[in-house]
Amino acid sequence: MLEGSTFSEIHETLLRHAVNSKELWHRYVRSKPAVVGLFLLVGFVFVAIFAGSISGFDPLRTGVGPILQPPGRDYWFGTDDSGRDVFSGVMYGTRVAFLVGLAAVLGSTIIGVIIGSIAGFAGGRVDDLLMRFTETVMIIPTFVLALLLVAIFGSSIWNIVVVITVLSWSWAARLVRAEFLTLKGREYVEASKAVGSSNWFIIFREILPNAMTSVIVNASLQIANAVLIEAGLSFLGLGDANVVSWGKMMYDAREVIRFAPWTSLIPGAAIFIMVLSFNLVGDGLNDALNPRLKETRAK
Amino acid sequence: MKMRTPCRCHVVMSESRTMKGYVIRRLLQTVPTVIVIILLNFVLIHMASGDVTYMLLGSEVGDPETIQHLRQTFGLDRPLHEQLLIYLAQVLQGNFGVSYWFREPVLNLILERLPATILLMSSALSFAVILGIVLGVRSSRKPYSPMDSAITVSSLIGYSLPVFWLGELLMVIFALWFGLLPSGGLHSVPTGQIMTTEGILDMLRHLILPTVVLGTSQLALIYRLTRANMLEILGQDYIIAAKAKGLDENAIVYGHALRNCMLPVVTVIGINAGFMFGGAVLTETVFSWPGLGRLMYDSLLRRDYPVIMGVFIFISIMVIIFILITDIAYAYLDPRVRYK
Repeated sequence: MLEGSTFSEIHETLLRHAVNSKELWHRYVRSKPAVVGLFLLVGFVFVAIFAGSISGFDPLRTGVGPILQPPGRDYWFGTDDSGRDVFSGVMYGTRVAFLVGLAAVLGSTIIGVIIGSIAGFAGGRVDDLLMRFTETVMIIPTFVLALLLVAIFGSSIWNIVVVITVLSWSWAARLVRAEFLTLKGREYVEASKAVGSSNWFIIFREILPNAMTSVIVNASLQIANAVLIEAGLSFLGLGDANVVSWGKMMYDAREVIRFAPWTSLIPGAAIFIMVLSFNLVGDGLNDALNPRLKETRAK
Repeated sequence: MKMRTPCRCHVVMSESRTMKGYVIRRLLQTVPTVIVIILLNFVLIHMASGDVTYMLLGSEVGDPETIQHLRQTFGLDRPLHEQLLIYLAQVLQGNFGVSYWFREPVLNLILERLPATILLMSSALSFAVILGIVLGVRSSRKPYSPMDSAITVSSLIGYSLPVFWLGELLMVIFALWFGLLPSGGLHSVPTGQIMTTEGILDMLRHLILPTVVLGTSQLALIYRLTRANMLEILGQDYIIAAKAKGLDENAIVYGHALRNCMLPVVTVIGINAGFMFGGAVLTETVFSWPGLGRLMYDSLLRRDYPVIMGVFIFISIMVIIFILITDIAYAYLDPRVRYK
């Protein structure tokens, strides 16, 4: 069992896993779009933290200025039809977008990793059953079901987070299962078994760490997706009325888009830029973490 | 042929290798999925607060006769497991309940709106597939050229555009500022003239913006996929051999490489059908397009639950059928799939 290839395999996976942060960084910054994405993302984090000091007004307070004021010196992004400051709304909206994106993806990734690990490690009938279930969840039109669930259970921000979590774990589950199937047969895992490691040890210490790179890339792309779902729900009037969300700002502005397009288009641009930045970072991470893939593509 | 459960049918080897065997197997696999979706709705109806009749009829204050009739049809006085079977049977027969707002069976409403959605989706899909493949092939022939980089970056942008924002943006620019295209709806000619040449041209003008809006993210996806696959295929031995033989470059790209590259595209179209329906709800809302999505949005505002649920089940079943068709098409194009 412990043949010559074992060492090289361990070495290879170690190389893949023990991410040399300096080299990773070098590979990451080689791609211009990835750097732009990171730059934008850092900007959003900054805005989310300092939203209170950057924006001059309470984003929910009506009548802080004249209604439907176009963007200008006093109100940078103008005001909406009840005299709320659009700039303050866009700044505060960053917080909700981050909250929904991070919370939903953290939850769905945990669920996905658990289900994927069980399926991939157990194999056989358990795997069959779990994957059938996962495929069914994947087939169901996510956004349409999200609409239905939020309409029935109410549209508080936490309900929205739970709905997105429940509907988006399937991708992580499939990914982790696939990684388990490949890694399970590797000789370093066989070697670990041979020296008497427990199943838990093999799952958590030998296999999962090596599956993490693809999980992280997936998570970054899923955050973009979660932000889009929340924005879409809010745009259709199913957002939480007590928080400032970009989608909800667009919903509120739909009646006046003809005379005051900024009330709707500026918050929408914020959604677009945030989604784009997560997609760019996810793509950049993917290329940096899987350099071999890039090389074969470049050929 | 020996079968145990519908989801895991054990077909005799020789049978499974034929197209017929594959189609039967795939058909049987879809049965549990459909049941799970209907089951999910049943659970939701019972979990939601309020009377079950409310979820099926949309209002407690409907006229007593209709309520009584509905209670009987769905067996609401029977035990829960019997109710489930009755519900399953009713839904499979196309009975999704009665709309509270329209006082009409939900299925009628759905079938009335279906053509507009199918028109929009097929138009968006054609736009995405044709342009995606053309651009993907173009990019792959000169990889890493400025042109390729520009299209690739645009595809990431296209993939990140929220449909509703893109919709409003294009509407403001093309309809409100320049007045080039209509800002919404399906027609602007009188009902009598819809089938005339003028009426059809008018409808096509209404179709342009929603098509672009719904198709853009699919276009970006198909482009990326085509480019990546073409790059891989163009580096393979049989292509190099074809080149060595002195075959014309165009003949190689379009005759050999593109054919093999079509298969993954077919699969992606199937997988994305559900995603596209979500986009259709948003697109139809922005452009007041009289389809299923708009029906869902209007029903959400009215909390017309029977319609919302009916549309969900209907869309889910359409997606399942769509995936089935793309899978069968894949198996037809690539015989290796049938052996799995």
